[in-house]
Amino acid sequence: MSEHSHTTEEHGHEEHAGLSKGKIWKVFGILLLITVIEFIIALVLIPKGIMTQHFGNYVYIVLTLLKAFYIVAYFMHLKYEKLGLQLALTVSFIFIIYFIVLMLTEGGFLNLHMMHH
Amino acid sequence: MNAVSQLDQVKTGPWNGGRSPWSVEYGKIMMWFFLLSDAFTFSSLLIYYGAQRFSKLTWPAPDKVFQSIPGVMEHGAPLVFVGIMTFILIMSSVTMVLAVEAGHRRSKKEVIGWMIATIIGGFMFLGCQAIEWTHLHHDGFWWGHIPSAEELKHFFNKPEDVSLIASQQFANLFFTITGFHGFHVFSGVIINIIILIMTINGTFEKRGHYLMVEKVGLYWHFVDLVWVFVFTFFYLV
Repeated sequence: MSEHSHTTEEHGHEEHAGLSKGKIWKVFGILLLITVIEFIIALVLIPKGIMTQHFGNYVYIVLTLLKAFYIVAYFMHLKYEKLGLQLALTVSFIFIIYFIVLMLTEGGFLNLHMMHH
Repeated sequence: MNAVSQLDQVKTGPWNGGRSPWSVEYGKIMMWFFLLSDAFTFSSLLIYYGAQRFSKLTWPAPDKVFQSIPGVMEHGAPLVFVGIMTFILIMSSVTMVLAVEAGHRRSKKEVIGWMIATIIGGFMFLGCQAIEWTHLHHDGFWWGHIPSAEELKHFFNKPEDVSLIASQQFANLFFTITGFHGFHVFSGVIINIIILIMTINGTFEKRGHYLMVEKVGLYWHFVDLVWVFVFTFFYLV
């Protein structure tokens, strides 16, 4: 029976090597750089009128999602996990996307139709 | 071998639960699923905040509400203090990955060092958040409280923009969402301390692996991840 005594415990640390130190600092550099870009937009580009607040908001959201990608993919190691786990964790957000569309449409409707009466 | 011990036997076939799904250890999968559910909770809070902002004609301007560096200057430095907070949290995320990396090499000493650094980062962030809350509270914002209409003019881009309802929604949602996030940071620090003590005690050394460090690491990065979104939607947009 001894050959059957593998427990799931043992699979754990055979998975894969972690990130190298160099890669960790590279990701840190990218996150810092994106944050610095956000600050430049907020403190220079928008006040000087080079970028509108409206357009800036879209840029912020794109940069935020990019930061989220780097944190989840590298720091949380998801990039190196099996496809099944990656899909289970990301496809679920379809509900959140639906909820965002739903609630912002609702908010926009209230803005248009309730405030002017 | 009697019948009972046969039942106790861990089944090893792939379809009998003998394999760890996706070759990820059980506790780690459960941590991922917990974080997914937690992400849904945070999303709901932030989406409600978004819906409120969409429904109002005006909203307090972040550059005017958050423009002080406590102890340095009261006005005229928008985003600087929150920038420091963001830097602290990203930095503590880095020290956390370094702790995980040291754990892979089973270097107990390095894990201890990086865990201590992460805990210090967590406390620094909580300290900054306490200062931020105190500052906003002194301005007159709190759950169910806003400054007078006259004072509110300082927090909107144009004096005629002042909206009492928008200000109240802003105050309630700011304290609820950053409070919920701060509570996560606080529990993260507590869990990190527990893991640090276990590391010092040599628990993981005896166990032969530092998977627990990876699991708290996932939680800690998630807290950082949520802050990235809170930062964008409260301070930038």
